[in-house]
Formats: sequence, structure tokens, C-alpha cells
Amino acid sequence: MAKNRSQQKETLRKVLTRLRPYRIYLISSIILAAITVVLTLYIPILTGEAIDLIVAPGKVDFASLKPLLIRGAVIVAVTALAQWIMNICNNHLTYNIVRDVRKEALRKIEILPISYIDAHPTGEIVSRVIADADQFADGLLMGFTQLFTGVITIIGTLGFMFSVNVVIALVVVVITPVSLLVASFIAKRTYKMFKLQSETRGEQTALIDETIGGQKVVQAFGHEKRTLDQFDEINERLGRYSLRATFFSSLTNPATRFVNSLVYAGVGVVGAFTALRGLLSVGQLSAFLSYANQYTKPFNEISGVVTELQNALACAGRLFDLIEEEPQTPDASPAEPLTADGRVDIEHVHFSYEPGQRLIEDFNLKVRPGQRVAIVGPTGCGKTTMINLLMRFYDPQRGVICVSGTDIQKVTRKDLRSQYGMVLQETWLKAGTIRENITFGKPDATEEEMIAAAKAAHSHSFIKRLPEGYDTVIGEDGGGLSQGEKQLLCITRLMLALPPMLILDEATSSIDTRTEIRIQRAFAKMMKGRTSFIVAHRLSTIQEADIILVMRDGHVVEQGDHESLLKKGGFYAELYNSQFVGVEG
Amino acid sequence: MRKLVKYLKDYKLESILGPLFKLLEASFDLIVPLVMAAIIDKGIVPGDKGMILKMGGVLIALALIGMACAFTAQWFSAKAAVGFSTKVRHALFEHIQKLSYSDQDNTGISTFITRLTSDINQIQSGLNLALRLLLRSPFIVFGAMIMAFVVNVKAALIFVVTIPLLSIVVFGVMLASIPLFKKVQGALDNVLGVTRENLTGSRVIRAFNKEEDEIRDFDTKNEALRALQLYVGKISAVMSPVTYLIINVATLILIWSGAIKVDNGILTQGQVIALVNYMSQILVELVKLANLIIQINKALACANRVQSVLDMEPAQAFGVYKAENVDEAEPLVCFDHVGLTYPGAGAEALTDIHFSVRRGQTIGIIGGTGSGKSSLVNMIPRFYDATEGTVKVNGVDVKTFDKEALRSLIGVVPQKAQLFKGTIRSNLLWGDEKASSEDLDRALKVSQSKEFVEQKEGGLDAEVEQNGRNLSGGQRQRLTIARALVKKPEILILDDSASALDFATDAKLRQALASLDPKPTVFIVSQRTSSIMHADQILVLDDGEQVGLGTHEELLKNCEVYQEIYYSQFPKKEGASA
Repeated sequence: MAKNRSQQKETLRKVLTRLRPYRIYLISSIILAAITVVLTLYIPILTGEAIDLIVAPGKVDFASLKPLLIRGAVIVAVTALAQWIMNICNNHLTYNIVRDVRKEALRKIEILPISYIDAHPTGEIVSRVIADADQFADGLLMGFTQLFTGVITIIGTLGFMFSVNVVIALVVVVITPVSLLVASFIAKRTYKMFKLQSETRGEQTALIDETIGGQKVVQAFGHEKRTLDQFDEINERLGRYSLRATFFSSLTNPATRFVNSLVYAGVGVVGAFTALRGLLSVGQLSAFLSYANQYTKPFNEISGVVTELQNALACAGRLFDLIEEEPQTPDASPAEPLTADGRVDIEHVHFSYEPGQRLIEDFNLKVRPGQRVAIVGPTGCGKTTMINLLMRFYDPQRGVICVSGTDIQKVTRKDLRSQYGMVLQETWLKAGTIRENITFGKPDATEEEMIAAAKAAHSHSFIKRLPEGYDTVIGEDGGGLSQGEKQLLCITRLMLALPPMLILDEATSSIDTRTEIRIQRAFAKMMKGRTSFIVAHRLSTIQEADIILVMRDGHVVEQGDHESLLKKGGFYAELYNSQFVGVEG
Repeated sequence: MRKLVKYLKDYKLESILGPLFKLLEASFDLIVPLVMAAIIDKGIVPGDKGMILKMGGVLIALALIGMACAFTAQWFSAKAAVGFSTKVRHALFEHIQKLSYSDQDNTGISTFITRLTSDINQIQSGLNLALRLLLRSPFIVFGAMIMAFVVNVKAALIFVVTIPLLSIVVFGVMLASIPLFKKVQGALDNVLGVTRENLTGSRVIRAFNKEEDEIRDFDTKNEALRALQLYVGKISAVMSPVTYLIINVATLILIWSGAIKVDNGILTQGQVIALVNYMSQILVELVKLANLIIQINKALACANRVQSVLDMEPAQAFGVYKAENVDEAEPLVCFDHVGLTYPGAGAEALTDIHFSVRRGQTIGIIGGTGSGKSSLVNMIPRFYDATEGTVKVNGVDVKTFDKEALRSLIGVVPQKAQLFKGTIRSNLLWGDEKASSEDLDRALKVSQSKEFVEQKEGGLDAEVEQNGRNLSGGQRQRLTIARALVKKPEILILDDSASALDFATDAKLRQALASLDPKPTVFIVSQRTSSIMHADQILVLDDGEQVGLGTHEELLKNCEVYQEIYYSQFPKKEGASA
């Protein structure tokens, strides 16, 4: 709890630092809020005074009434103006802060270690940047304003009520908290129902996710009826819990309003008796009555505001966690220049994703310019890890990787990565046109260059068939394209921006072998004179590699060319021969 | 929207009683200022203590009855809203199950899931609010005006001017800002999109050194969002000060004209207070109404989205033919110059497919990525319908078949190995509810899953988690094959369903399938030549066109595409020796 407190304090401090550039708005907002509240509270007094001037036929003091009403008009106008400026200030405050924290968050995302991004679900990080940022700004600033005005209102009304009449004030002060009790009583009873409701909702969503996701299978097996029965069973239950949760929670409002009515009646009766004894004017009574309403309102809201503020702080905390996440190790400074000649030397490299786990140990490899290095092995053997190390998505724990004789830790990541072209197993495309995606690595490419690249990667013919050709807009994650087509686009993207070294990770896994052969030919042309690293399942595609690294459980178990490895009769030979089993059978 | 209303019919009584009790409560609210006026005019002024106590009692009684009415109203509204959404959810789920593969492809699974979950939840709370408050607020506003008329007609005229003025401001601001809020949402989606992209594409973006560009892109969209928010904020910032101004100026005028009337003996002091109270009630309710309308608008948008799914007609009509009087001489499956164009697509996905398969034959279908292999086999159980020509089973157009009769003939193993939460047994029983343990055992053996199932704790009764995520890809794939075998189908379709199996297991699987008795007619879709080269017939597809049909030997001699595929997998030297 204490730790929680200090965390909240810490978060608050961070919020305040970010508020600093906009302190003018904040200070104005606070001052204007105070003005608005005080003036709003003054109006019932004025009205009361005015009413006391209107006693009975012939007993109306027009001479005093007129200046009173004019004063009222001026106050109303000032209040409205103050309110308006306050709203504008709050808007500036909220939206600027949200923009700033989002900016900070995205800049952090760009330099987060890949390991962080790999370990956290995308949706979770996105919801911090989008939903949490909104909640934090709205909740914190609006919650703060509400709390602030609420407290001033309560203090102001209390001050007025006690100054005019202690007994009536006591009536209000004693009865009002009852509404808080009622509200929390109901909330406690309702909580259980809400929990049941959200659990059942979760259960239903899981079922929907599975059966609608597997709809084709459901239909193929004629399982619609049974699935629907399953759905209905949960749906009925959800309906029952939902009814109770909705009903019980909706009792809060009438119940607290009932308490308010009691306060109102109490003030009316006690006030009337006080007036009979001449201790209170009718106008003052009417002011009291309108205060009874105003006083209870912030009281009813305050419990909600406090939860909102806590929620906002929690959101802010999550967002700041992201913003303050340890970034990747900064680039060496001053960095050494890098012009790759294609040499890659890996010396005594040790690496594992988790401390204590043994993965790559004392790995050595010398690649001469223009050589083709193939990495093979069963699924999950650590092939992709090699790429993570070469591209510096991850850094080794020990050992050195050199490109052209320069330790890659000593050059900037930008320089290093611009020497490599990469096609990954996970095809990633940007939401945008096909053209934008192909020219991603070379935005100034001409139309001819682009089409030439597309033809070389065998994507031209399917792009041509798309409704808008190269200007077809594809959604996030490639939208309606098939996996194979997406992969072709990724290859085209690489074809256009030809760097001196290549990395192809399962680059053709979703493409049929016939197209793959054609792409291989294009690749072969592309790879001529370029050092390349190829990760592949299909052994037929890498037989011409200069060096084949055979990996198993994270270790490089064999190293050599196709012929020598086959002759050796080890793990590679076993893998290689397994693909021909069944041809005879 | 209109179609959804029918689900409210069962809750007609609740939907009427809910608002009715709410109105009753509101009427009691409206009496309160009059009671207070009586306390002042008939209690304080003449000094009648009994009257004050009596009126105080009336106030408490009004509050009690009001609360009782409100509770009743909440109950009926909750019942109607929850009952309605439960029914809509059922109807929507049932409807989605009837939609064809093309509808599912076009709309997308995630859309269906959002409609069924968050959209319907929004509708539920929107309806609940609407039933409770949509009538109440206008009722109080006009009620207050009518009460003002009861007190004094001339004074009430101030209300007649104020209410429209207030309405114009409140609803004007709302109407102006609702479309803008949609734009804000769009701008927010853009920011969200870029953020997502930078996470999912972090490797590619860094590999291409595009971080700076992405930051610039993000900043532009982020800035656009802020500008739009500020603009909308400017408009909505006007609402509360202006309404405050109007209502208070009206109050001041009310007091001034009240003063004149009191002076002339037309009104009493207490009545002036009552009029002032009515004025402030109006403001509270109008603001509530404006917020309510925003909520309801959101719910309506959700309702329209749900409606649009319900409006998707299940495109297919099935016939009544129940596969009686089967002519065994007819080929089991026959494609008669079949073409397929997906809805909205520019070109045909399949063109002029023409072949027939006899009982017990195995037919291999091979071709490149996107050549239409899957579409072709999915036309047999009518997951997609031919747009040209006819697909025949037992010599009869599949479109004249009864749905059950057609699909019970066919066992499908889809590309995506999809299992469902339950046990291995419950998943296999999808194939045939009444299958015996021998049937299950046989299916496991043939699909090469017996070994790993026996190793699982509980064997056949081992738990399967949602989407089968506690099984490996290869295990899932073999179990989906077993599931189809339990059905003992006449036609077995393996749609690239051995892709996660190693070559050895794949070969064993094919041998086991060949030894089945009675032997089903098997369609094997694959990219691996080794999977289909021993089939009785091989159909070669290229870009949706049938470019070859025959046995392995024939095709190797005369089909260029087949040769290319074959030699890409078995380079000539190895191919010759194998």
C-alpha cells in the first residue's frame, strides 16, 4: 500500500514535469475555476436578496431591486466568460499533453530493444499509447478540475450555510453523507454481479473467438446447431447476470436522489420554522434550498472522481513505464565509418535470450566477400537468432562480430543495417499503396526501376491484376493479399534497394516451389558478388551455398559445403535424405 | 435498425412500463416546487405551523413514491435492454453461422467478433439509458413549462422563449460536433495505425533505417489529431457558458417581471420562488438530454453495424435431393466446364475446369501459390459456388442437393488445422456423434496420430485448449485428418493438410489412406509433388487454369508446368535416381 502510494506520488511528479510547459494554462484554469465557482455560489444569495425585496402587493422595493438585478446580470456574464476561457484552457492542456506523451512514447518505441518488442504483445503496447494516454489526460485533468471545483463548492456552501443559520446547516451536513453510505452499500452488493457478468462475458468471447474463427470447420462438419446450443447456454447465463448487475447498479441514482430529497424536505421544514421565529428571511430560505441541491451534487460525484483519478494515475503509470523503458545500448560515439566489402567474421560469440539458458556458444565463422552462407536445421533450432545477431537486433553476451574487419558494436546501427538487405519469415507490409511498399527502401526510385524490380521478383503479374495495379491500397498487414503474394512484395522491396549484403530468412517459405525456382534465379543474379545469409527449410534451395551451417538446439553442429556434409553422413545427411522418403513408397 | 426492433417485441410490456414509471417519478419531481411555494405562502407568511409540517410530510411522501417508481422503472428497463440484447446476440450468432465462405472472407472474422461482443454491449447500455431517460428529460422540460403556466400564464411566456433558445444552443452544438467527433475518431485511428505498424514492423523499419521517416509520419498524424481535437473542443466549450448565461438572464427577467406582478397582487412571493426553481430544473434536464443523445447516437451506430451483418443474405439456396437412387455408373465427382469468380473480383479465380473422378480414385491437385487449388476443392461441398458450369456429385448438380445430404458425403481437412476447446475425443466426435471407440481408434491409426495421443495424459480424453493451442502444428493437423476420417466420408478432401508433417509421416499417412476399406475417393491438394505423384489422376493448375490432367508419367512427358514443379523439387540428377 505504502509502496503503491509512493509510486502514485512518483507518477504525479512525472505528470507535473510534463505540465510545466503549459503551466500558464493550468494556473489560468485553476484561477478561472475558482472564480466560476464563487460567482456561481453568489447567484442564489443575490436571488434570495431579490426575493426578500418582493414581499407582497405594494411592498416591492423597486429602487433596490433594479441595481441588484443589474449586478446579477454582470456577474452572470463574467461567470459565463470565465467558464468559457476555462474550457479552452483545459482543452489546450489536455490535448497538448496527450500529444506530447504520445510523441515521447513513439520515439521510445523506435529505440526500444527488439527483445522488449518481442516479449510484449503489440496490442498491449498500442493500448498504452492510445487508450491509456487518453484516459490519463481526460481522467487526470477533468478529474482534477472536478475535484477542485467540488471541494470549493462544498467549502463555499458550508461557509455560507453556517454563517446564515447553524441549525439548518447541520441538517444538510448530517443527512448528506447518508447518500454516500447508500451508494457504497449498493456498489458493494453490485460488485459481485459485475464480476460474474464480466467473467461470463469473457467466457462467451472466448467461445465466439473460437467458433467464429473456425466457422469454416463448423460448417463443414454441420456443427452449427450444437455450437449454437453451446452459445445459447452461456448467453442465457450472461443475460441473467447482466440483468442483475444492470438493475442493482441503476439503483444508486434513485437512492441517492431520495437522500437528496430528504435533505431538501429537511431544509424546507426546519427553514420554515426558523423563518417563523424571524431568524431567516424567505429569500435566504430559497438560497438555502438551491444550496441543498448544489452541495449534494459534488458529494455524490466525489467518490466517482476519486476512482477516476486513481484509474488515471494507473494509466499514466503504465504509459510512463513504457516511456522510461531502458532503450537499446546507444550507438558507439564517435562511431567508426563502415563500408562493407562483404567480409563477415564471427569470433567466439556467446548468446542466449535468457540468462542461464545455453544457446549459441563459442561460435566462429569467417565469411569471405561474395560467399553464400546457408543456415539449416529443424524448426526452433535458432536459425533466426543468427540474423538477430548479424543485424544487431540483439547483441551477443560475449565475442565479436566484424564486418569488413570492423567490430559492429563500434559502428552506428544505421550504417550497419544499410549494408544489409533483408527478407524475413514474417512478412510485414505498411498500410498504403503497393508502390509505397515497394519503394519503402528507396523512395526516389523511378517507375521503370520499380517495375523492373517487380518483374525480377515475379510480383509484376499479380500486381498488374489488382484493381488499381501499383496504386492499389493494401491494409495493415497486407490486407487481402495471400501469404505468398505478401512475400513476393517483400522480395520486390529488397530487389529495388540492393545493398551489398543480403539476409533471407525463410524468404520463400509460402511460395510454391515453381515460383521459388524463378525467384532463386533472380536471387542468384542478385547475390552475385554479394555476401548473403540464407535461412531455409527446403534443402533443395541451398545446395549451391559456399558454407552450410547446420544448427540443432541452438548449436552449430556441422559446418561445410553440401558435398562434404553429405559425405560426412551426419545430421545434415539425415535431414537431406528424409525429404526423399516416400518417393519410393 | 428496423429489423432489430422486432427483437424488442417480446419486451413490449417492459419497454412501455419502464418509461411510464420514469414519467410518474418525473411528475412527482415537478410537484416539489409547488409544495415549497405552499410552505412559504400558506405556512411561513400566515405562520401556520401545521401546514408547514403537513407539506414537509408531503415532500417526504413524494420522495418515497418517486424512489419506488424509479426502482420499478429501472427494473423494467434493465429487463427489456438485457433481454433484447440477449436475443439479438443469439440471432446474430445464428445468422453468422449461415453465411457462406465468401461472406466470411469479405467481412472478416474480427468484424463478426466485434459485432457480437462490444457492439451489442453498447446497444444494451444505450437502450437501457434511452428507456429510462429519453422521455424523462423532455417531459420535465415541458412539464416545468406547463407548471409555470399553472402558476401564471404571463410569467410562463418567459419559459416559452427560453426553452427554444436553450434547445437551439444545446442541440446546435451537438449537431455541429457529432460529425466532427467521427473525424476525431478517424484521426485517432490513424495514430493508432502508425503505432501498431512501428511495433509489428520494427525489424523491417530498422533494417531499412526508416525510423526517422516513421517518426515524421507519426508526428504529422499526431499533430492532425490535436488540431482536430482543439477545433471540436472550441465548439463544445461554448455550450455550458452560453446555456448558463441564457438560463440566468431568464431568471433575472423572471424576478423582475415577478416583482411587478407581486406588486400588483397577481403573484405571491412563494410562487416567484417556484418559478425560479422550475427554470433551474430545465437547465439540468437539457444538459442531461444532450449527453443522452450522444450516447444513444453511439448505440445507434452500433445497431446499424449489427443490422448490416444481419442483412447479409446467406447467398446459397439448397435443394432437396437426398442422394437417393444413386447411379453407381456415374462418376462420383464431375466438374463440367466450371468457372469461379469471387464477388467483387475483377477476374475469374478458376477458369473452365473440366474433369471427372470415379469412385475410389485418388486425385492430386497441384499448382502454384494462388493458382486456385483450394477454391476448386471447396466447391464440392459448396463452400463456394460455381459461377460458370456445374459441379456434379453422383451425376447430380450439387446445387440440387439437400445441405445435410451433400455435406455428410464429404470429409474436409482444411488448410488451417482448427481444433476446439474440449478433449481429443470431443473433437473427433465432430465427425460423427455416434462413432464407436473402434472407429476413433482406426481414425487415429490412419492419421498417424495414435502414437502421440497415447502419450498424452488421459489419452483420448486429454484436454484440448482453445484453438488447440496446447498441441503442435503437426499434431493438430493429424487430428483434423482423424476428425474427417471418423465421418467415414465417401469423398475425403485433404486441402494442403500435410504441410506441417515431415516427409516420412506424410508418406505413411498416404499409405494408410490407400489401405482404407471401403476406400474413399480422395482429393489431395498439395505443393509437394511427392504427395500427389502416385495419384490416379493429377490436375495441374496455373493461375486458375487447368493446364494438365493425367498420371505422373503422362504429365512428366507432356505438361510443361508439371515438369517445372517436379524438377524444382527433385533436381534432375536426384529425380532420376529416386
